[in-house]
Amino acid sequence: MSLDKATVAKIAHLARIKVPDEELESLAGELSQILTFVEQLNEVDTKDVPPMTSVAAQKLRRRKDEVTDGGYADQVLSNGPETAEGFYVVPKVVE
Amino acid sequence: MTALTHLTMAGALDGLAKKEFTAVELAEAHVRAVEAVRPFNIFITETPEAALSMAKASDERRAKGEAGPMDGLPIAVKDLFCTKGVATTAGSRILDGFKPEYESTVTSRLWRDGAVMLGKVNLDEFAMGSATITAHQGETVSPWSPGAPGAWEKRVVAGGSSGGSAAVIAARAALGATGTDTGGSIRQPAGYTGTVGIKPTYGRCSRWGIVAYASSLDQAGPMTRTVEDAAIMLRSMCGFDPKDSTSVDMPVPDFRAALTGDIRGLRVGIPKEYRVEGLSAEIAALWEQGIAWLKEAGAEPVEISLPHTKYALAAYYIIAPAEASSNLARYDGVRYGLRVEGGNLKEMYENTRGAGFGKEVQRRILIGTYVLSAGYYDAYYNKARQVRTRIKWDFDEAFKSCDVILTPTAPSTPFAIGEKMDDPVQMYLNDVFTVPINLAGLPAMSIPAGLGADGLPLGLQLIGRPFDEETLLRVGQVVEKAADFTAVPPFMA
Repeated sequence: MSLDKATVAKIAHLARIKVPDEELESLAGELSQILTFVEQLNEVDTKDVPPMTSVAAQKLRRRKDEVTDGGYADQVLSNGPETAEGFYVVPKVVE
Repeated sequence: MTALTHLTMAGALDGLAKKEFTAVELAEAHVRAVEAVRPFNIFITETPEAALSMAKASDERRAKGEAGPMDGLPIAVKDLFCTKGVATTAGSRILDGFKPEYESTVTSRLWRDGAVMLGKVNLDEFAMGSATITAHQGETVSPWSPGAPGAWEKRVVAGGSSGGSAAVIAARAALGATGTDTGGSIRQPAGYTGTVGIKPTYGRCSRWGIVAYASSLDQAGPMTRTVEDAAIMLRSMCGFDPKDSTSVDMPVPDFRAALTGDIRGLRVGIPKEYRVEGLSAEIAALWEQGIAWLKEAGAEPVEISLPHTKYALAAYYIIAPAEASSNLARYDGVRYGLRVEGGNLKEMYENTRGAGFGKEVQRRILIGTYVLSAGYYDAYYNKARQVRTRIKWDFDEAFKSCDVILTPTAPSTPFAIGEKMDDPVQMYLNDVFTVPINLAGLPAMSIPAGLGADGLPLGLQLIGRPFDEETLLRVGQVVEKAADFTAVPPFMA
């Protein structure tokens, strides 16, 4: 599998990572190398094999849906690059 | 008397109990050692004040007869564990300035049991790597590098991603360290530095408060200089935690009690598929030696087959990046860490993540995004998860005819910083013996077993049945005794 520059640019956009145009070419090469490497999986017969969802032989636990924690907004916000009045501040998103 | 920094954990506990020295003296010796290893770039954050105040509190507890199972033992913490009020970076610029408001479950258990924190140690960025060379804070040099510190003849890698943890123990600047292992990140650096590292069964140690890489594979574990120390530290680290949905609710055994030395009649599986192309002759010979050691101790080697071994790396390099792309979506410049402004919200996200993540992390996020994207999900991600099931089945089948499995830890001795860096796939091959174990969720450990012709350490890996860390440790100690690994690195603090 070989990825072209346009595809890499599209993935980078989906992943919200800014990749400078001049790096797209080499990145496409590296990613293609990895995708070529993983192609060998097609040799494995996986007919009727369930895709693994949990490696531990246990079901996910259930818990009561109740509030057990919280009430410290200041701590939650303490690492925010920009905060105001109990909120995170981001660039304007409404047009 | 042995220098305080050269003691084992078991030896230090003994000395503390007999009042031969205090926890404060032990901590002071280690704080000096931490300063002495600065040329190796092992620590991202040193916490000498915390170390001394925790040691003082430890001495007070001991005086009152309330000492815990690890009371007074100075350890280092991989900078992937959130530590309250102490910078936690995951080796990434994107977590610049982040000081968690909470403590990870594993570290809080260690402090509960009396351990003393020396600081946070280096890793590959977000634990993605095999050499501890990709962190924003620079690469860690192994204390095994020949030559004087700073003027090395060759700068050897400490392995990764828990390379700082491995290096700090090998350099005698901590008695133990926490590691995490997603595809070999505890065992490979342990093997590369002549130390002991255990990746417990998936679900043994809580993942809560550990910066996530690939959640279905990540598992924390201890790194120490002896098997007995690993047993001591593992007991403190594991146990059920309701805050981690995959934490397993079962009792924690006294792992140290399992070290009976008696492995008579135990069947040791030798997987034929691990005789891979490119396995160095000295590692093949060491493996044979390991089989002979266990046979002499009364165990019975049996050949086993793990037919899908060769596909493990490929499955891993789909599953791990897929999970990483999802886990790392949270770093967006809004709630913590770095923010690089842009004209609008989307640009801010892109600028922040473009500047904050290093190259290897970006590569894995992009691969993960691609294999999860519409049209490719079945071909890549689901296929990889099916292959993962077959790998697990291989182990289930193998454990019908054996009790533990012996393999080399890594296919070669540690390489020099700068080697193997151009080709990502070549770098990934380091993990060929360790990755299948994470895919199957099994416990495994690396034990130092010898030196290569280049004078650098080689490790043997033991793989156990789920939740049978006790057998693993018991056999591990037999290997340790037979190998009698007394070699030390050229530099020790």
